[in-house]
Amino acid sequence: MDLTELENIVTKEAADRKPCEIRCCIAAGCLSANSNDVLSTLRTAVEDSGMADRVNVVGVGCMRLCSQGPLVGVDIDGPLYCRVTTDNASSIVATLNGGQGEAETFEREDPFFAKQTSLILKNCGCIDPERIESYIATGGYRALHQALFELAPSDVIETVTRSGLRGRGGAGYPTGVKWATVAKNSGERRFVVCNADEGDPGAFMNRSVLESDPHRVLEGMAIAGFAIGANQGYIYVRGEYTLAIERLNKAIKQAGRMGLLGTGVFSSPFDFRIDVRIGAGAFVCGEETALMASIMGQRGTPTPRPPYPAEHGLWGMPTLLNNVETFANVPDIIRNGAEWFAEIGTPQSTGTKVFCLTGNVVHNGLVEVPLGTPLRTIVEEIGGGVPNGGQIKAVQTGGPSGGCIPQEHLDSPVDYESLGKIGSIMGSGGMIVMDDQTDMVDVARYFMEFCMDESCGKCIPCRAGTVQMKQLLSRIVDGSANRADLERLEKLCDMVSRTSLCGLGQTAPNPTVSTLRYFRDEYESRLIDSTTAKANSNGATCQ
Amino acid sequence: MVNQQTSKQTAGHPSGDKRFKLLEVAMKRHQYRHDALIEVLHKAQELFGYLEDDLLYFVSKRLKLPPSRVYGVATFYHFFTLKPKGRHSCVVCTGTACFVKGADELLECVRDEIGISPGETTGDGGVSLLTARCIGACGNAPVVVYDEEIVGHQTNEDIRSQVKGWTIGSDGA
Amino acid sequence: MSVVTLTINDQLVSASSGETILQAARSVGIDIPTLCYVEGLTAHGGCRMCLVEVEGARQLQPACFLNVNEGMTIRTETDQLREYRKMIVELLLAEGNHTCSICVANNNCELQDAAVEMGVDHERLEYTYPQREVDVSHERFGVDHNRCILCTRCVRVCDELEGAHTWDISGRGANLKMITDMNQPWGESPTCTSCGKCFMACPTGAIFQKGSTASELDHNRAKLDFLINARENQLWEL
Repeated sequence: MDLTELENIVTKEAADRKPCEIRCCIAAGCLSANSNDVLSTLRTAVEDSGMADRVNVVGVGCMRLCSQGPLVGVDIDGPLYCRVTTDNASSIVATLNGGQGEAETFEREDPFFAKQTSLILKNCGCIDPERIESYIATGGYRALHQALFELAPSDVIETVTRSGLRGRGGAGYPTGVKWATVAKNSGERRFVVCNADEGDPGAFMNRSVLESDPHRVLEGMAIAGFAIGANQGYIYVRGEYTLAIERLNKAIKQAGRMGLLGTGVFSSPFDFRIDVRIGAGAFVCGEETALMASIMGQRGTPTPRPPYPAEHGLWGMPTLLNNVETFANVPDIIRNGAEWFAEIGTPQSTGTKVFCLTGNVVHNGLVEVPLGTPLRTIVEEIGGGVPNGGQIKAVQTGGPSGGCIPQEHLDSPVDYESLGKIGSIMGSGGMIVMDDQTDMVDVARYFMEFCMDESCGKCIPCRAGTVQMKQLLSRIVDGSANRADLERLEKLCDMVSRTSLCGLGQTAPNPTVSTLRYFRDEYESRLIDSTTAKANSNGATCQ
Repeated sequence: MVNQQTSKQTAGHPSGDKRFKLLEVAMKRHQYRHDALIEVLHKAQELFGYLEDDLLYFVSKRLKLPPSRVYGVATFYHFFTLKPKGRHSCVVCTGTACFVKGADELLECVRDEIGISPGETTGDGGVSLLTARCIGACGNAPVVVYDEEIVGHQTNEDIRSQVKGWTIGSDGA
Repeated sequence: MSVVTLTINDQLVSASSGETILQAARSVGIDIPTLCYVEGLTAHGGCRMCLVEVEGARQLQPACFLNVNEGMTIRTETDQLREYRKMIVELLLAEGNHTCSICVANNNCELQDAAVEMGVDHERLEYTYPQREVDVSHERFGVDHNRCILCTRCVRVCDELEGAHTWDISGRGANLKMITDMNQPWGESPTCTSCGKCFMACPTGAIFQKGSTASELDHNRAKLDFLINARENQLWEL
């Protein structure tokens, strides 16, 4: 494979393109609403109407508006149909011949789409995720070529550093600095690992990217491999994501066949292999040292850092670990330059971030916005607020490690520092809207139970502390706790977050601490020794 | 528990079960590397449905790993199950979005209907009730997976009738 | 190996690079409490008793894992650390079924010692009373899971010193359990050599020798030190 051959694929794809393209989402969200049958109905309808020569029906990845699925789009800017059924799917085909569409449409001018900025999701819902040519036609693998033939590894690292890209897994560590550290550490071999163990409940950004645009991640990993001098990459994917695993394997095979991965990438001396490793249902494996243990076939228990994976990672070798979304940003940064990327977002938090907007909000789905966008814009304008005119009580970000942001902080910009200041974290991108009916103590109990179940048990504070905290929270919910119990809970929160071995334990108290900070009255009013307790003795929601 | 005959054979299993041969192929592809343990267990579960002691012994022998380590890894990950599953499975997603939209009530309904708690299988081996930590179909919450098929926007009625259908089906059979 | 100088509790300490904070501190007589650590075995880092404050570091660090560095300033005894250690002991006592008065390890137990040292005179947390088993199928030893604190010393000593790897840990979180081979009765374990090292390493009365009374239950940790010294340094010092 060389540049001319790559160009030829682009030209051929353009020439083969039929005048009209009907796209049907077959990512997990829409699949759960029967989109596979809709897709075949569409295909039959096109065949039957004799338009097969000018209309192409493709199954594509996520089109973002997951709650309204199955989604069917006609061309990129044509009408977008939602809640399509097998009954009304053929009417969409009929509209191409001047017929009347029976399916509901969703305005593309709606703030849900208009307020978004697409970098990572640019190709999602547009390209066919199962054909590498479709990705190449959008300019795919050009950045890898550019890196290999026009840049030195140090230039690549320098570009990533200048772009200001920060880790999208949640902590926001500067990506360029991490790459530089791994590159300078010596070892017989080095490894690139992509963390796709998206464990936060209510978060499916990574899954959507892997299902809809897998090559973008592979290209990002290969560029990283070139930059740090690694020849082997691993993608650690959750076992639950069967479709993503299938598509990744297919994508790796296709890229290998074309000489874009494997021995001699683009016929250069650079070799880069990528293997998929399938997780087996352990949230703690999202923690980097636990993830590496799991890749090496062991129990996914974390080990203390230092030493960091950058110096002592897989099999003791320097290892670069980044999130799916971090890698997905890399090809565009190389192609368009660091300055282009740095202009998006805020000076400290550059670029965009994909969020999964779910919960009590009108438009559930994937949202990509520049960092620094106010939370209110995301929840009220893009998300359309609470259904049926309800009030937003809080927005939960960062999953079990994050916190609940109350309504009064909705104007806060969404970036790493601002979220930290108001007691939450960016996290991997889950954003759950809770309305005024939500019981915040019960929410805290839910997350604590999650952490208790997912604790690996290696360190005592996390193993036994989460059990104690969950018990105390359950008692507060039941109305059988007193003020001393609440004090004990707060003490445990501090102790567990300060003494636990890994991020899971250190952040497990966060949802409790943040709800205590903003909704303390909900806790206090349920204590047996509080004056208002009697009114709520049935465990009813207090408002 | 350890079968002495196994050690004399180079491949397969004394039972002659063909699935062991397929498992052997998978292990060979990984060059019997210790770090392939999880991949091998995935394959074993895919072939046998669940991981019984005899199967785990087979894996430990072939990969030359201590049996306790194989058992330790198999029990660490929730995806692996050491007990047989029911003919039908009902997986209720308990992710945050589903929690906010009432996944707890769905579980309650199944418990009322067939009297089992998450992680259990009905006495006749008909239905297994499981929970999942977010399937990632949050837009359609609450979500339930019936026999590998993801279905969104579930109500108490939906889940009750589905599960009831299975139990009646197995009675008739 | 170069020599570095660091400050531990206002005391200047020199140590060889490659040593841990714990080793450096103990070599000058500063004791840092531990429960899962055994000199000569791989550090585990799970009990969190040896957490220390490192000047300039955001988080507390386990002394058993952290290597010494030139110019480090360490505090091993602060009110906060003492309170955390006390809570760790309380968490352990609430998690298992620890009844000293009827335990064979009474007066020979590191958990009990830690409780005394940390001043745990009553339990502030709720007992969970887990249902745990006792396995006395082995002809010489028994294991009472009620008294197990899951420190994994037995796993490491069996793997690293004896080389049998009979022990491992199964499950996760609150369901962790020490197992022999395929979670079968210890007495039926085909890999166990009955060497007794796990018994010597156990900090509590979880692994005990049959037929010994409380007063006889000395874990004989010195024997382990002897073995480690012999294996690693080829020095047989009884």
